[in-house]
Amino acid sequence: MSSQPAFLQRLGRYYVIYALGFIGLVGLLAVAEQFGLSSRWIGQIFLFLTIAIYAAIGVMSRTSDVSEYYVAGRRVPALFNGMATAADWMSAASFIGLAGTLYYSGFEGLAFVTGWTGGYVLVALLLAPFLRKFGQFTIPDFLGARYEGHFARIVGLFAAVLASFVYVVAQIYGVGLITSRFIGIEFEIGVFVGLAGILVCSFLGGMRAVTWTQVAQYLILIIAYLVPVAILSYKVTGVPIPQAMYGQVLNDLGVKELELFTEPRENEVRRLYHLRADEYARKIADLPESLTTERIAQVHRVGELRAQGAAARDVSAAERALRDLPHTPDEARVKWERARQENQARTTHPPAHAEAHPGIDRVARDNARNNFIALTFVLMVGTAALPHILARYYTTPSVRAARRSVFWSLFFILLLYVTAPAYAVFAKWEVYSSLVGSNISTLPHWVASWGKVGLVKVEDINGDGILQLAELTINSDAILLLVPELAGLPYVVSGLVAAGGLAAALSTADGLLLTISHALSHDLYYKMINPEASTQRRLVITKSLLLVVAVVAAWVASLRPDSILSMVGLAFSIAAAAFFPALVLGIFWRRANKWGAVAGMIAGMGVTLLYIVRTHPFFGGSMEDAWLNIHPISSGVFGVPVGFFVIAVVSLLTPQPGPKVQALVDYVRMPDGGKKRR
Amino acid sequence: MGRNVTSVEGEERARQRAYWRTTLLLTAVLLLAWAGVSFLPGWFGDELNTVVFFGWPLGFYMASQGALIVFLLIVWIYDRCMTHLEKRYGLNDED
Repeated sequence: MSSQPAFLQRLGRYYVIYALGFIGLVGLLAVAEQFGLSSRWIGQIFLFLTIAIYAAIGVMSRTSDVSEYYVAGRRVPALFNGMATAADWMSAASFIGLAGTLYYSGFEGLAFVTGWTGGYVLVALLLAPFLRKFGQFTIPDFLGARYEGHFARIVGLFAAVLASFVYVVAQIYGVGLITSRFIGIEFEIGVFVGLAGILVCSFLGGMRAVTWTQVAQYLILIIAYLVPVAILSYKVTGVPIPQAMYGQVLNDLGVKELELFTEPRENEVRRLYHLRADEYARKIADLPESLTTERIAQVHRVGELRAQGAAARDVSAAERALRDLPHTPDEARVKWERARQENQARTTHPPAHAEAHPGIDRVARDNARNNFIALTFVLMVGTAALPHILARYYTTPSVRAARRSVFWSLFFILLLYVTAPAYAVFAKWEVYSSLVGSNISTLPHWVASWGKVGLVKVEDINGDGILQLAELTINSDAILLLVPELAGLPYVVSGLVAAGGLAAALSTADGLLLTISHALSHDLYYKMINPEASTQRRLVITKSLLLVVAVVAAWVASLRPDSILSMVGLAFSIAAAAFFPALVLGIFWRRANKWGAVAGMIAGMGVTLLYIVRTHPFFGGSMEDAWLNIHPISSGVFGVPVGFFVIAVVSLLTPQPGPKVQALVDYVRMPDGGKKRR
Repeated sequence: MGRNVTSVEGEERARQRAYWRTTLLLTAVLLLAWAGVSFLPGWFGDELNTVVFFGWPLGFYMASQGALIVFLLIVWIYDRCMTHLEKRYGLNDED
């Protein structure tokens, strides 16, 4: 190992050159666009070039050394580990989804912003330095050593694989979406292109390659996130620092909201949606007769149009409407109920952006507030329990570096999270102030092009030719991708944003895949099945498992499982309840023993899963069975305290852990010797 | 001789115990700050929103930016204090 400062300096130089090179490339493409380079080409150049860069780093960092493969040789400097953790952490959901969530839920969405950053305080204070001192390879490693044996290790392994797999499928799904939308290939093919991008990084070089590509990916994703909104901020306020300027815009937005919500035509449109929702409710109540009436009426209409010799287009539209009618009353009930809810949702004004915990009455407001607090709590504790994040702190050279690296992680993550609310406010301001109220026939061309892929919908329900707010629907995932076009920026910025989204999804997928394959090969195979395995054999097993898990995850993603996506939020609750109490008590409470930990992990995870099944519509549950009206996404708010409680009670009822464990606890609490242990 | 070793060991252990006790105190104080800044602005969002802070309603500002800056500060303070503690108790492993 070369001396640390020289290593740091060399790394710094490489990445500065790389970042400048990337900015140069963006500039070059911007010029080329002026000379007529087509947007399709720009998208392809961005995506393939960035994947090629990641692949090159992956190939350069290939390794067959176990310590290098699992923990990057434990010599990643704090600053770079911070960047890598930030890329590992910020997924497609943070990059693409967060701005849209904040756009629609305003204050309520801020639970994600505080939750996903505040968790790092818990990582820094309660876990990272101690795990680094312990100095093994995986999180189940710690559970196995601290809680004496395979039982705790297996429970940890199961939770790690469950939480990570759901999460990785969502990332690959995100990759498929981006590649298919920006380079116009099929979604399923896009998924496998993304898979190739993921594998070239992680397969050859394990944690070492992933770490260095994640640093590269962080730089791209942060540039891509900041540039469009900085330009938009400059356009609106004259200062290109959106994080500092959006307070003023938020204020103006509040005035604009008040104006729009009292506008007579706006209320007229909302009344029309109300009528339509009532009509659906009537039809649902009259099933099955209403379906028959509907079908007869539509058959008549087709006949009439034919008899009149109407235009072929009108006839075929009527025929299609007839074909699309639900076939059975049950199908009709589902379809119409969805339509009724969609229309019903448009009958009320969205809450004011800055209003905390909106609701129609005291009870609804209190519910919103309780859920806000519960969600913040679960996201924080879940952050501090996700195995792919915790494993990153094994890679630093010392305990102190692990501590400092949490600081850098949080710093780099913060750059994106303080910008996301600004994105939402600026985008909303643009939509409310310039799009709404304009003539429908002269809307900007992106409305039509995004309309084609179904992400933007405009319907002139009152027929006045003017766009009312209630007549416009924008898919929440499209908000971020739309900002460059909202601000009237050249296509190269859209390509940049796509490359950033791809970097976010790929980097997270890499970290997760490593966690899963390490858990299976290291904890299951090496530690439990065949402890005599040679290092050679261990690496072969790890690499083949990585390949298998990646292909399975891509296959699941290519089925477009909506249910999986909605379950990503649940991964936080599961990880929080399963890991957090056992890890924290393992370090801070000497008396916690094997039986307590196993019982606590199972009880915590059990309560969480039970609550999800009781209340999540996907499992046939309903919010009527909820406790305190807490939504299933925050189920960990019950699981975590139960986990702590059960560990405490069962540990006290059973004998205290042996001297070896006592010595281990003493060992991890003391900071020295971090360097000596490899 | 034997007594000497025990007293050296005892001193070492006492030092480690004191270090750990101070660590726990620091952790508790910082966790209290973390909990306050994480949950109070959410709970009193309405009340805080009536105050305007550089153009932001204060409740919104705290949840979207203020709390995050405090988190960063907490982690920074923890690192500084722990490094200091390690030095004071002679447990530092870096130059």
